[in-house]
Amino acid sequence: MFATLRHWLDERFNWDDLLAPLRHKTVPTHRLSHWYFLGGITLFLFGIQVATGILLLLYYRPGANEAFESVQYIMTRVQFGWLIRSIHSWSANLMIFTAFAHMFSVLFLKAYRKPRELTWVSGMLLLFLVMGFGFSGYLLPWNTLAFFATKVGTEIAGQVPIVGKPMMIFLRGGDEVTAATLIRFFGFHVAVLPGVATVLLLIHLLLVQRLGMSVPPKLEVQWTTDPSARKEMRFFPNFLLREMMAWYVALGVLGVLAAVFPWNLGVKADPFVPAPAGIKPEWYFLFMFQTLKLIPSKVWFIDGEILGVLAFGLVGLLWLLLPFFESDQPSRMKGWITGLAIFALAYVAGMSAYGHFAK
Amino acid sequence: MAILRNSFGAFRAVRCISRAGLLALAVCLSHGQNANSCLDCHSALSDPLGVTQEKFSQDIHAQKGLTCASCHGGDPTSDDPEKSMSPKAGWKGKIERKQIPQLCGSCHSDPSYMRQFNPSLRTDQLGQYHTSVHGQRLAAGDNKVAVCTDCHSVHDLRAPSDPRSTVNPVNVANTCARCHADADYMKGHSIPTDQFAKYRASVHYQALMVRGDLSAPTCSTCHGNHGAAPPGVDRVQNVCSNCHAFQAQMYEKSSHREAFKAESLPGCVVCHGNHAIAHPTDAMLGTGPDAVCMRCHKPGDQCDQARAGLQTDVGRLHEAIQSADQALRLAESSGMEVSEARLAQDQARDSLTKARVTIHSFRTDLVNQEIQAGMKIAAQNLQTGKEAMIERNRRRAGLGVSLIAIGMVLVGLRLYIKKIEG
Amino acid sequence: MTDSRLSPPGGTRRRIVEIFFGGGLLASFASFLYPVLRYLIPPAVPDLGGDEIVAAKVAELKPNSAKIFRFGSRPGLLVRNADGTYRALSATCTHLSCTVQYRSDLRQIWCACHNGIYDLNGRNVSGPPPRPLEVFDVHLRGDEIVVNRKREA
Repeated sequence: MFATLRHWLDERFNWDDLLAPLRHKTVPTHRLSHWYFLGGITLFLFGIQVATGILLLLYYRPGANEAFESVQYIMTRVQFGWLIRSIHSWSANLMIFTAFAHMFSVLFLKAYRKPRELTWVSGMLLLFLVMGFGFSGYLLPWNTLAFFATKVGTEIAGQVPIVGKPMMIFLRGGDEVTAATLIRFFGFHVAVLPGVATVLLLIHLLLVQRLGMSVPPKLEVQWTTDPSARKEMRFFPNFLLREMMAWYVALGVLGVLAAVFPWNLGVKADPFVPAPAGIKPEWYFLFMFQTLKLIPSKVWFIDGEILGVLAFGLVGLLWLLLPFFESDQPSRMKGWITGLAIFALAYVAGMSAYGHFAK
Repeated sequence: MAILRNSFGAFRAVRCISRAGLLALAVCLSHGQNANSCLDCHSALSDPLGVTQEKFSQDIHAQKGLTCASCHGGDPTSDDPEKSMSPKAGWKGKIERKQIPQLCGSCHSDPSYMRQFNPSLRTDQLGQYHTSVHGQRLAAGDNKVAVCTDCHSVHDLRAPSDPRSTVNPVNVANTCARCHADADYMKGHSIPTDQFAKYRASVHYQALMVRGDLSAPTCSTCHGNHGAAPPGVDRVQNVCSNCHAFQAQMYEKSSHREAFKAESLPGCVVCHGNHAIAHPTDAMLGTGPDAVCMRCHKPGDQCDQARAGLQTDVGRLHEAIQSADQALRLAESSGMEVSEARLAQDQARDSLTKARVTIHSFRTDLVNQEIQAGMKIAAQNLQTGKEAMIERNRRRAGLGVSLIAIGMVLVGLRLYIKKIEG
Repeated sequence: MTDSRLSPPGGTRRRIVEIFFGGGLLASFASFLYPVLRYLIPPAVPDLGGDEIVAAKVAELKPNSAKIFRFGSRPGLLVRNADGTYRALSATCTHLSCTVQYRSDLRQIWCACHNGIYDLNGRNVSGPPPRPLEVFDVHLRGDEIVVNRKREA
């Protein structure tokens, strides 16, 4: 029955010879090939976000007078609204986590090497977008925590010399965080960011399809000298079935989180109330936030916060262009990116933990 | 060095010009104010003759253009002590305590004079003072009682609305306490000196000084300020009723009004005290140390039974509200949304407050009405809390079902993979 | 190497896999679709109560009387003036947050807790209240009296 359907579609799309190679697509298997699942899980969670996001759009009303109440409505009146909203919030956090894990695994497995530099670049841009999704989406329920986290976050963005202030005004839709900011963030979150992300995602996936899965360098050398040692599995159906297992596990985890730890509503934002003490951004920004807190207020003649923001900007840029710094030639410095990756992972994890537990 | 030499000339020129400028400035500034030579000497003298320009400039009289001579007489334009402090110029010197009220009243009781400064200021202070305990005792020869300057301060007198003024609501109690809490000073006067200490322990003091609620009463609110006198045993409930209108209305219609009047008991004060008014508790209805009813009533009589009934009912409502609160808190911590019921709890609490207020009518049927209304609301909220927990359990059951389905898929996938690769 | 004595014959084995996999897929899809489908159906109560609410019906209030209604998370007071027009204000006293009431004898808003008085514009005219009451917009829609928060500037 499937064969008839396929044939019918092929007559009208003429894609059999395009899709045929996919049936022969293979995925290398080795000690570390489980890390390959992370990208797929991130993609799956993104799909969940799009689906639950569209469902939330049916009832959410942007606007300072209605946003909080509409989320309250979803949580209390809409049937299974609590489930859709909690899944959306939890999946967002899980997705950011898996995106970071995916990036680090690519780093440690050295999958960014030529010819996969652009896959890395598109992936890093997607990571920045995902964090933008998180930042813009967090404001939408318009509760106190979100309001002040946005205030602090955009304030920090405004610290960048020269372009900082205009950037902050652009982000906030004015000088302060107001109803205008909410509408703007809503636009970013449901239209601008999804549009850009879709394009980048297509590029990223296309590149992965065309270039295939990379293999760690030592293994690559082994397999080149002895092709018979190469172990692979077919993508259809073997790898895909395993990926399905991973996706179902993710679904189970999401279900438990949403039902046992529903996302809370908070208190409606009131711009005239002073910020509660100890306001912190969401966990995925904590490492940057904590770093900024630790930098002394003046370093030499430069303002400490500006230095921190610039430093992070520079690190981000260099991280984006990482593959281009590693030369092809073997040298003593070969392991330096791995060393850097270990340091980065330790730093991000450590600073996040510090930021979480610090007063 | 040559540079310095050359610039020295410029430096001298600048210095000269700036000095001239300052002089001109001083002349201009002093021209606007009335000449007040008194301060030229008296600012250098020590207490009690010392008054500095800085101090006097805080005084509202100075700000309105009055000078030392306005009260003390004399000639403020002359620098010569002979001329400025001459009786011919009307110099009065230090005003005697007995004369102070009359002196202040010479302006402050003159409406046509005060009109030029502030037409809405009252001008009956002196008349009121004569009716007060302070005024009467002063007339009888007691020089220790308060006169205008004791409360209002002198030479740096501020308007009462100024928070630094000694008669601003937040400072009144301290001002009164300067004498009334000083046991040594008050020797020979037959009134206690513990009022301030008691007031400090009261709920009114908390409201005024800690919460900053300027509508809360201080000494002058109940005793009057210029006409200060205790309200009188048969009138004190009138004073309380100015704010506590509801309770007063009920009390007026109650059985206790006549009963207390007959015994010459001071209304509200019998149960609540006058200075150390604490936040009332349900224990006042009880039989313990805070009990007020049992001070008069006998155990076992009709009133004792009514009291016991009231205490039980109020206690019941209080408990019902608390258990509803608990149920809602539990639901909330399990992730359920119960903000509407939380809001309705406020209504239940309102009913409890109303019930407690209605106690002043001493009618158990009226109190019961409020209790019943409150119990109904609290019961509804408790129900909401319980239903939320049931819903939570339903959700977990649903989760369990979907987890089973997911588990089946995972097992199936495992088996299927094994099968096609086996 | 699978021992054929231990594993069930191919047919039964296949059935088990089918049941788990196919059945599980069906069940899991059902458990995902059911909430989504229920979600799509709009609930019976349409208003969110945050910005706008139907406070009462036209016939409900006589002239010179009032009613308490719930507005968002706080109580509101809907007053029908003697001349038939409507007025809506916050019912939370600005002194110590008691719920105020309308006094038809005084034609003013009164707080029973400490005798605070507001006029019909919400201005605190006597007693402890330090600030006026927030005033809302009222307009009629058919036979419904609709109360709105004032538009943000």
